[in-house]
Amino acid sequence: MIRVAWLVAKKDLRIELRSRILLWQVLPFGVLALVLAGLALGPVQAGHSSAAPGLFYLVTLFVTLLVIARSQAVEETPGTRESIATLGLDPAGVFLGKALALMVELWVVGLVLLSGAVLLLHTALAGTVSALPSVLVTLGAMAAAGTLYGALTAGLDGPATLLPVLALPAFAPLLVAGERSFSAALHGGALWEWWVIVVVALVSYLAVGVLLYGVLEEA
Amino acid sequence: MSEPVVRLRNAVVVTNGFPLLSGVDLEIPSQSLTVLTGANGAGKTSLLRLLGGLLALTSGEGQVAGVTLGTESRRALRRSVGWLGHEGSFYGELTVRENLVFAARALDRPLTLLPDALERVGLSGRADTVTRMLSAGQRRRLGLAWLLVRRPALWLLDEPYASLDDSGRTFLDELLADVQAAGASVVMSAHDELRSATLKPTIVRLAGGRIVSPS
Repeated sequence: MIRVAWLVAKKDLRIELRSRILLWQVLPFGVLALVLAGLALGPVQAGHSSAAPGLFYLVTLFVTLLVIARSQAVEETPGTRESIATLGLDPAGVFLGKALALMVELWVVGLVLLSGAVLLLHTALAGTVSALPSVLVTLGAMAAAGTLYGALTAGLDGPATLLPVLALPAFAPLLVAGERSFSAALHGGALWEWWVIVVVALVSYLAVGVLLYGVLEEA
Repeated sequence: MSEPVVRLRNAVVVTNGFPLLSGVDLEIPSQSLTVLTGANGAGKTSLLRLLGGLLALTSGEGQVAGVTLGTESRRALRRSVGWLGHEGSFYGELTVRENLVFAARALDRPLTLLPDALERVGLSGRADTVTRMLSAGQRRRLGLAWLLVRRPALWLLDEPYASLDDSGRTFLDELLADVQAAGASVVMSAHDELRSATLKPTIVRLAGGRIVSPS
């Protein structure tokens, strides 16, 4: 399972590096969205506003949906999905590999957007840095859930519009927990209960994915 | 006499309430070449997909490459056969070599098989070309290289002559003859009967999801 996961993750990341869609399309979209958020708040207020972590996660959500769709799209070249199916790969390994690749991509996105939050939303650098671990774990959980929902919507009519509808309820607790822990890092407050939610969600989505990904792919 | 590589009894496949195959009886000996012919929608690709583990048997019984349909895992079947669809079937952003390395590693095949496979299909000079830059015929050759790396006991080819020029068709004839000589079986679909001077296939005609000839 681990061998297959590593193989799939390397393949997905190599495809993403070569296509440069993350670099030239997805990241610029995220930065632009952050600029708009900064303009909406105003340059002075932004850093002191409790809205900054929420805006960060809102933009991250939009970008995450794009990256999930992209992760499934690489399998959608005509004939590719069935050709790969005939390799008989362990579905749990495929899930873990795709989730790992998505996680790495979201971490890159997260680091860029956190830098953008400091520059454009004027969040405190020290607080933003201390929020980094919780952001990475939240994005990891979103990658695991997104891989599951991406597989669920792949092959259905209108996956690009169906994915947000199905995934948002799953993302909602992650976004709330992520936003609260980012706020706590910036403005002070208890962190651990939000950490618990995010870590439990990450482990749960990974477990569900390992168990169900094969069923979803066959469906 | 060796066991047949395919044995189907009254095989029925229904998808979304639509019957794709409606009672197929078929026996394919090992080391043979079988061509499935018939009009569009006759069931050629569906039959190939059943044999490749890409479709589930709804009723009936069958054995393919030693795997019993319906009871054993379709994953086990998929690993035992080699499938080449009539579409590209590869990751366009990976190079020819990277696609083959991915398949070889996925199937625990030694990477030392790659140079010979690329040489055999005439893609040695294109090994580092990104696959989406290949022509349709070259992608088909890449698919055949993939199967050469896999070395399955049963080759399932959906319209393999499509997109091939005359030299490509001759090359494929020679390759299939070699595959057969090496002990593997080949089942492929074709709109018209095989126009090969060298291959002597068994022709199976389908219509409406059934075999109509030989009856």
